[in-house]
Amino acid sequence: MEILKSATAGTLESSDALVTVEPGEGIELELSSSVINQYGRQIRATILETLDRLQVQNARVTVVDKGALDCTLKARVECAVFRSCGKSASNIPWGGVIR
Amino acid sequence: MIKRPKPERFRLRRTMMFMNAQRPGLIKDAYIYGSDSIMLDLEDAVAENQKDAARFSLYHALTTIDYGSTEVIVRINGLDTPHWQEDIRVCVAGGADGIRIAKCESADNVKTIDAALTEAEKEFGVEVGRTLIIAALESPKGILNAYEICCASERLFGVAISGGDFRRCMQTKFDPSGIDMLAARGQMLLAARAAGIQCFDTVFTDLDDDEGFEAELRQIKAMGFDGKSIINPKQIRPVHELLAPTQKEVQQAEAMVNAFREAAAAGIGVFTVNGKMVDVAHIPGAERTLKLAKACGMYEGDLV
Repeated sequence: MEILKSATAGTLESSDALVTVEPGEGIELELSSSVINQYGRQIRATILETLDRLQVQNARVTVVDKGALDCTLKARVECAVFRSCGKSASNIPWGGVIR
Repeated sequence: MIKRPKPERFRLRRTMMFMNAQRPGLIKDAYIYGSDSIMLDLEDAVAENQKDAARFSLYHALTTIDYGSTEVIVRINGLDTPHWQEDIRVCVAGGADGIRIAKCESADNVKTIDAALTEAEKEFGVEVGRTLIIAALESPKGILNAYEICCASERLFGVAISGGDFRRCMQTKFDPSGIDMLAARGQMLLAARAAGIQCFDTVFTDLDDDEGFEAELRQIKAMGFDGKSIINPKQIRPVHELLAPTQKEVQQAEAMVNAFREAAAAGIGVFTVNGKMVDVAHIPGAERTLKLAKACGMYEGDLV
């Protein structure tokens, strides 16, 4: 998917993450997390895998993590990407690229 | 991906706890509290501009978190919104046990949802008919049409009254005596029992009023409700305790079923147990008491 415009998803509540995607060159990930020392690598891997699954090749991605589970991180990244393409409201490929 | 077992249309549902599907902190461990069902909410709890995000969050919760034997129902947005069709797709794809129709007013509303569920089940390769329905009646029109609603679908396991909207429509407010909702609760119960489905009461919103909550529970137990919608884990225990049969009721039911089986074998139709007349009409009720007692961990015999 191509990141057409800047979009965000999520919140700064505990167990959540705020994800922002913007148009960019290649994948540029800026991550801050309340549990960066414990889970930083895992969080980064989950975000990058999700972007890869959605075939996002060019994006500037900012994630402020507040201790989100992997399933929440995935949901927030996916929603931000679909929002940036204006496709988040209907006909989502549940079980396809969303899995 | 978590594969949930096939939902059971008529199971124990004393407590059905609402939680916002958009808040990960809530839904990640919703099952640990021990309510019989949880209702993940895509409707009123989710702001209009977060409906899309709530679905992504819901999909991953449904497919990642093992809710065990807690039933997982999703309250979807109303038929008068642009959201309900995608809500149904995500519920079916994620494997929710059932969906709750908000503001249901007619049998046609239920049939529309039923058809959309069938379509989604075909799209996602789910067994047709797997996804159950509960209809929330929130308006005078919904209550007046309760019986046709209760008979509208094989997927429908129950109806629930929703007090907030109903009281607003009726231009009344909460009254500790229950008079504000008495006619509506009664009519909905009649319709549900006539149709052979379950019936659930509305939420009690004052979390600090323990006495009022208990009084309401006693009333709905006496009226014959199967369970109650709740909004906080602290409400689970009082509901389970108060809706459970008493020790005395369990003993009497056990004695009645035992005596009936012996009497029937001996060709006797009516007899007495502990001074009370018993005939065949009392037995289904006694068996239901024993089943409920078994589910509550109060009865371990093999009569049911």
